[in-house]
Amino acid sequence: MLEKDMMEALAGVSFLVGNKETVGRIPDIPALEPFAAEMLDMLNDVSRSLMTDREAKQYPDVVTYAFWIRKSSALKLKERFHREDGDIRLGRGTAFHIAPSNVPVNYAYSLTAGLLTGNANIVRIPTKEFPQVDIINRAFREVLAGERYARLRPYVCLVRYGREKAVNDLFSALADTRIIWGGDDTIAEIRKSPLAPRAGEVTFADRFSLAVIDAGNYLDLDEREKERAAEDFYNDTYLTDQNACTSPRLVAWMGENGRVEEAKAEFWQRLYGLVARKYVFQPIQGVNKLMSSCLAAAVYGMETASAVIVEPHTDNRLVRVKVQRILDGLMELKDNSGYFFEYDCADVLELKGLCDDKHCQTISYIGNREMLMPLLTSGIRGVDRVVQVGKTMDFDLIWDGYNLYERLTRVIAAGGGGVTV
Amino acid sequence: MILDDILQIPPYSLNHREKERLLTERLMELTERHRENCPEYRAILGAMGYDHGKVRTYKDLPFLPVRLFKELSLRSVPQEEVVKTMTSSGTSGQAVSKIYLDRTTSANQQKTMVKIVSDFTGSSRMPMVILDCPSVVKDRRMFSARGAGILGFSIFGAKRIYALDDDMKLDVEGLAEFLEKYKGQDILLFGFTFMVWQHFYKELVRLKEDGITFDLSRGILIHGGGWKKLAGEAVSPEEFHWRLNDVCGLDRIHDYYGMVEQTGCIYMQCEYGHLHASIFSDVIMRRPLDFSECGTDEQGIIQVVSVLPESYPGHSLLTEDEGILLGEDDCPCGRRGRYFKVVGRLKDAEIRGCSDTYAAKFR
Repeated sequence: MLEKDMMEALAGVSFLVGNKETVGRIPDIPALEPFAAEMLDMLNDVSRSLMTDREAKQYPDVVTYAFWIRKSSALKLKERFHREDGDIRLGRGTAFHIAPSNVPVNYAYSLTAGLLTGNANIVRIPTKEFPQVDIINRAFREVLAGERYARLRPYVCLVRYGREKAVNDLFSALADTRIIWGGDDTIAEIRKSPLAPRAGEVTFADRFSLAVIDAGNYLDLDEREKERAAEDFYNDTYLTDQNACTSPRLVAWMGENGRVEEAKAEFWQRLYGLVARKYVFQPIQGVNKLMSSCLAAAVYGMETASAVIVEPHTDNRLVRVKVQRILDGLMELKDNSGYFFEYDCADVLELKGLCDDKHCQTISYIGNREMLMPLLTSGIRGVDRVVQVGKTMDFDLIWDGYNLYERLTRVIAAGGGGVTV
Repeated sequence: MILDDILQIPPYSLNHREKERLLTERLMELTERHRENCPEYRAILGAMGYDHGKVRTYKDLPFLPVRLFKELSLRSVPQEEVVKTMTSSGTSGQAVSKIYLDRTTSANQQKTMVKIVSDFTGSSRMPMVILDCPSVVKDRRMFSARGAGILGFSIFGAKRIYALDDDMKLDVEGLAEFLEKYKGQDILLFGFTFMVWQHFYKELVRLKEDGITFDLSRGILIHGGGWKKLAGEAVSPEEFHWRLNDVCGLDRIHDYYGMVEQTGCIYMQCEYGHLHASIFSDVIMRRPLDFSECGTDEQGIIQVVSVLPESYPGHSLLTEDEGILLGEDDCPCGRRGRYFKVVGRLKDAEIRGCSDTYAAKFR
């Protein structure tokens, strides 16, 4: 691209870390080996800076991120992904990340995946202001300002701009890998900007998730564990307005009939206690949930009476809708901010229809993971991860079914592993 | 209870006890009627565990969110009996409400509106100036809210003109002629709040600078449609009033609150600036958190009930507007029933989550 066009496109872009010149030089920056020692040190310093930042401590999502980028945890990742086989692995070059506009810390995870794998990164930061973004950016700026990491400065370019296609065009043309968060609509929009022929793309599309709870197992938890379960479930759902791709929209209950009712009563009661204390309710959410309940009832309740039951609720912060059968298209009627479909599940294979949907992403569970095995091995087309309740938001280099380590690196085959043909 | 009997009662004559008795009986009947004849409505009541036996007052009846009429086609009569389909005025690309009217409901809407409006304007018909363009009412089978409003109010006009042409330009000559012809008589003016401001008031101000003025001191302006579009202009209802008065002498100005989902039962603003519920309908302010009823002077989401809807299950609806109940039976204007004000629309939720609304914001 011509220098002039490039400068024009960049006119409306603000740089939170890095600058315009970095973008111009990006194609010339050397690709690094994954988990390069210098990179791990740099991230570790960012982590330390965050851990000692008083403001950062107010934000659990920032603290969790700081924890994840410590050297010790990065080394664990290295252990899992790195192989000594004589081949040479390098970052693919430049990664262009489009972060979701409403999850504050997500961009930092995406950036870190790019850094750990040895790429130079251009990250489009949400236009909406979040204190978490300021805190993390401050830490990166501070650490990169030091002479020690001068060489790594061009690898971190954090930008903020509106929806200008010209800018998307420019960054996409520079990218060896493009990572699009933000769902189907964002993907469709960004795809209007072409990639280079050899460039790859990782897209995080609209997904839904569910939780499976073994009633007996839950009831056997002690007081503290039950409180912990409520907090874990709260973090999986309300913390992101139950609107992350990982947030369960349906809770399936396993176990004997009597126990299921008992477990439900206690589980929701404890959750409600937390929600009433912590969740900031917005007036329209009540109307939205009423709307969703009516729609579910009208769409599914016409043939069979009691196919859909809106459970009595204390208030609109927590609304549960029981479905007698898992119906086709149920997830198109999902809502957020504390709106749960609920299903009494006699046999885990009753969930097969839901999990056969490629939109189905995470199953979180309370109980024994073994109970899910017949389902997971039944040939389903969906489901990318199975985690305990409370872990749905834990980021990993394998995410949403993609191995980001593989996607962000390339191999120079030098290990002599081939066969003469 | 037969609606014709209700229609015989003067619209602001019942106190809260009498009105509650009347509304409870009629609205319970309507609930049963729609439960029998509208399968979606039956399913919704079933899912909510609605129990007819537990209803003590119409305030206990379930309500549907108005938005539901945008997602579903809800009818309690066979398609053959539908004589009119009304639509809300959504901006292009947005879903619009579809309201199905049979002959009875449509006729009752008309009758009710006459009763309500006559209470403010007197029962004789007047020369009428419609502050809009004629093309809004072209298709007589599909009615937009704007078209329906104009047609609804047109029955109060003995002679009518449209003050705007299809390019929304004020027909200065036509208006001058009309006013000259009916000089000395009361004149009814009707339009949508935003249109009145944008295409009438502003034009009058401009004309005044050129030395052209109109005397509308014998005019009665009825306007509705909400203040949302005027928010950008920072015009308050008070300012709207005195500025119009200043430019053309208009002094009798009545805002009204109403919606296409309950056409006919409009809430007219009295001389004291209060919106009034007639005996044909009511407002119940609800707390967003649990939908319990708000007290007087407490802001809540407006639920509206109406005795009219027989062809569609729209007799009890939760709007997305917020309002404040100011009092009941004791407005200084002398009208009985509840009086209130509308505060505005509920804000869209700001929610977190992975999926953006990127495309929607993209130009």
